[in-house]
Amino acid sequence: MALDQPRKFKYVGTRPARPDGIDKVTGRAQYGNDITAPGMLWAKVLRSPHAHARILSIDTSAAEALPGVRAIVTGADFPPIEGDAGMRDVQLNCMATTHVWYEGHAVAAVAATSQAIANKAARLIKVEYEILPHVTDVDAAMAPGAPVVREGQTMENVPAGMSANVTYHSEFGHGDLAAGFARADKIIERNFRTAATHQGYIEPQACLASMTADGRGELWTCTQGHFYFRTACAAILGIEASALRVTASEIGGGFGGKTQVWAEPVALALSKKAGKPVKLTMTRDEVFRGTGPTVTTSITCKIGMTKDGRITAGEATLRYSGGAFHTGTCDMGAMAAFASYDLDAVRTYGWNVLTNRPKEISYRAPGAPQAIYAVESTIDELCQLLNLDPLDVRIKNAAKAGTKSSYGVVFEEMGLLAALKAAKAHPHWNSPVPEGASRGVACGFWFNFGGNTCVSLNIGTDGTVAVSEGNPDIGGSRASISLMAAEELGVPYEKVRTVIADTGTLGYNDNTDGSRVTFAVGLATIRAAQEAKKDMMRRAAAIWGIDAEAVEWVDGAAVPAGPNAGKFPPMTLAEIAAQSFQTGGPIAGHCDFQADGAGVSFGVHIADVAVDQETGKTKVLRYTVFQDAGKAVHPDYVEGQMQGGAVQGIGMALNEEYIYSDKGVILNPGFLDYRIPVASDMPMIETVILEIPNPGHPYGVRGVGETPIVPPLATLTNAISRGIGKRLYELPMSPPRVLKAIKGH
Amino acid sequence: MRYARPETPAEASRLLAAEPGLARVMAGGTDLLVQLKSGLVEPDLIVDIKHLPGAAMITREAGGFRIGAAVPNQALGEDRDLVAAWPGVVEAASLIGSTQVQGRATIAGNLCNASPAGDSVPALVAAGAVARVTGPNGERDVPVQQIPTGPGKTSLARGEFITSILLPARPARAADAYLRFIPRTEMDIAVCSAAVNLELDGKGVVARARVALGAVAATVLEVDVSAALVGTRLDDAALDKLAKAASAAAKPISDKRGTVEFRTHVVGVLARRAARIAYERAAR
Repeated sequence: MALDQPRKFKYVGTRPARPDGIDKVTGRAQYGNDITAPGMLWAKVLRSPHAHARILSIDTSAAEALPGVRAIVTGADFPPIEGDAGMRDVQLNCMATTHVWYEGHAVAAVAATSQAIANKAARLIKVEYEILPHVTDVDAAMAPGAPVVREGQTMENVPAGMSANVTYHSEFGHGDLAAGFARADKIIERNFRTAATHQGYIEPQACLASMTADGRGELWTCTQGHFYFRTACAAILGIEASALRVTASEIGGGFGGKTQVWAEPVALALSKKAGKPVKLTMTRDEVFRGTGPTVTTSITCKIGMTKDGRITAGEATLRYSGGAFHTGTCDMGAMAAFASYDLDAVRTYGWNVLTNRPKEISYRAPGAPQAIYAVESTIDELCQLLNLDPLDVRIKNAAKAGTKSSYGVVFEEMGLLAALKAAKAHPHWNSPVPEGASRGVACGFWFNFGGNTCVSLNIGTDGTVAVSEGNPDIGGSRASISLMAAEELGVPYEKVRTVIADTGTLGYNDNTDGSRVTFAVGLATIRAAQEAKKDMMRRAAAIWGIDAEAVEWVDGAAVPAGPNAGKFPPMTLAEIAAQSFQTGGPIAGHCDFQADGAGVSFGVHIADVAVDQETGKTKVLRYTVFQDAGKAVHPDYVEGQMQGGAVQGIGMALNEEYIYSDKGVILNPGFLDYRIPVASDMPMIETVILEIPNPGHPYGVRGVGETPIVPPLATLTNAISRGIGKRLYELPMSPPRVLKAIKGH
Repeated sequence: MRYARPETPAEASRLLAAEPGLARVMAGGTDLLVQLKSGLVEPDLIVDIKHLPGAAMITREAGGFRIGAAVPNQALGEDRDLVAAWPGVVEAASLIGSTQVQGRATIAGNLCNASPAGDSVPALVAAGAVARVTGPNGERDVPVQQIPTGPGKTSLARGEFITSILLPARPARAADAYLRFIPRTEMDIAVCSAAVNLELDGKGVVARARVALGAVAATVLEVDVSAALVGTRLDDAALDKLAKAASAAAKPISDKRGTVEFRTHVVGVLARRAARIAYERAAR
């Protein structure tokens, strides 16, 4: 990459105040539900009470007759999407047509003059169902004779004779497995199961949609990607993308869960029908029943190891279900499972299985925590059986630059070994395990991503800088992008303001996902700043009457490049900006590109836990996260990502799960019985940021957001299993499950 | 939906009795408003009893404490005498909800919500608390364990409501304790729970003991533990007997919060641990 390689940073790496902080702590920040419009209607969605049923009829007459009701939509109001099966699934997930495939599936929606009337009207809609057999368990759904969730979804790569619920198969790896296992001194094969978990964002989905008589629309919504939301809404409504402008609100948590539409197409359809703006805010109950959790999985993992801890072969079969729809998440799991290790022989097999559950949507490193949980647990058990140090074994087998990964890519510079060595040298690892406690360690990995990105940077006539980017800020990206603009231009951070522009203002930006924003939008911002700098140097040259090539940029000012260029005092950005109307007009830089070179990410976690042997309850006593950030642009936010991801992973490990009745109904659709950790459950999560520069970014930045959710599942499994003297193979490790293992029945 | 704010217990009772639709009493509202918002109930009349005389006061009565039906749990913890006399009741009440909820929630409301998992109820039962009920026929005093009759159901007649709860006077060397099991550290609901109330003699021997268990039956369960504890200094053998008696008395169900076997075992563990805490407090 032909970009400057600054080694010493002035602004990058500092910890300035966050730009959204004051608004958020004073309650002024505007989230999805905070916007109203004159004449606005309120919406309510009616959802299926059945896990699987045929819709025989929908009678809306009583609801329509209720005073105050302005519009009702059902599946018949959405023009069926042809050709794009994926988008057709998104449409069918937003509103059922002939069948409901999970409890909570939307079947109709009402817009009325108050929320109370809308709620009442929704209850007056009569839906006649023919209840069909259902299946919610991934293994049960794969078994011969299982109730079929949806016919005709199977792809060509699935061998004949399997359950119709198996839709997709994939395989990754290299080397001679049989030879690898033959070299092992110890081989074990274990089965693991993980429950569906929800992102648990505090802000529910909420939007305000307005379609006008001329077929144009405005959408205000809480999203991780308003450009994708525009694409999806336009496709689902059958309108052109340019007819719709989407503005992203502040976002009260997403973690991947707000990368898909549910409420928005429904609100737009209601608005189109009613001719009024429509607000649709989901309740917490609807968020659990009607949006996307993670996959639920069943994984078989087989690993061979020599007496001295070299892994000779690894094999894993990953059975993933993302609900009643095809998802490619099993690929992510199959690719990520063994990514931390340099292996001669490795093979992973992914299977996607349909169940009568809500459609899975991304949750921080989708598919990886489950797969890596199985691998890291199996390795830990081998370490116990062979009496080996689990950290030394991981150091011995760690992938490094030049390693051919288990999914085919050859790794560039990366920080796994650095993280492992930092862990080994850290006081946590070297402190004695507290009395009554036990210690676990595990690695984690995420691919990271670059993607479609478009940024504009404008220099104000007063010498301030406005960056317009198109990715909702879910983890501090505005601060990080401002820091990178400040660094590149040589102006203080306080002179830069970064805003999230709407879909009418910039070219397409991929979702805020894949840990891509600080990397890709940061890179685009640096390039846009370089373009603006070039323009400013040209203008300084013109004012001085010298060649543009004879000017360079130093500390926020144009200066003559060397004594031969002439003797002129530095001309600052503010001075050049003030004269811009006399030198050719506004000064701006722009970058639109597809960012490449995101750079893989690895982390290592250590946990000390105490298990109450009489109740099976686990208390996390100490927890340390080691992760390579490439370059930590704003270290507070990087630490926040490492801590937040770790806590979410700990939640998956200990208590979080979708619990179903025998009728396929979710029994815990709320924060009382879907137990995300509370602050007092956690010790302060210690963090160690490593900085192994990513060669794909001029400042060395690599994404940090997703990797930290990956290791906790196995880290806690390994700690708890060592603590109770029994291996656990299923998540969550809720107290009843742990107590059962302790008591041995 | 109508809202009424009567000034006297008699007026409140009249309103409740006269309502042809669904009437609900509101003190802190921390259960009622949640049920309302989630669509579980749609009352026609809400009778707010916070403004009745004495409703928000803790008064000394015959060496004990009369706690008005609208006294928030937070206020219980701020009354030093009450904390000294009934630490178990206060700690049970203090476990309910968040800090914000603590500023509104009441033990009378917790009792009338009639959840078998209500945190303050086992402690009130073990304490021998007495509820004062006002109704169309005047006042009556009822032992708290007779108020809930099943999940969400009470023995209160039409027009009746609780105006206060009396915690009796304490002898020297007496204390109580309450423990619940939750998978987290707070903001949760008891999977099972145990309250233990002990009175010791001058030599540290248990003279009287009352134990009540939560979330292991349709209502809070009082267990007769005299045989296990009275006459002992709460040695391991006594504690074992207590744990066994608690587990034997439990009649739990399996649900999303725990299994029969888990609750049966853990309620014994909690009874043992709570007894030890109560004993240490009493012996102090």
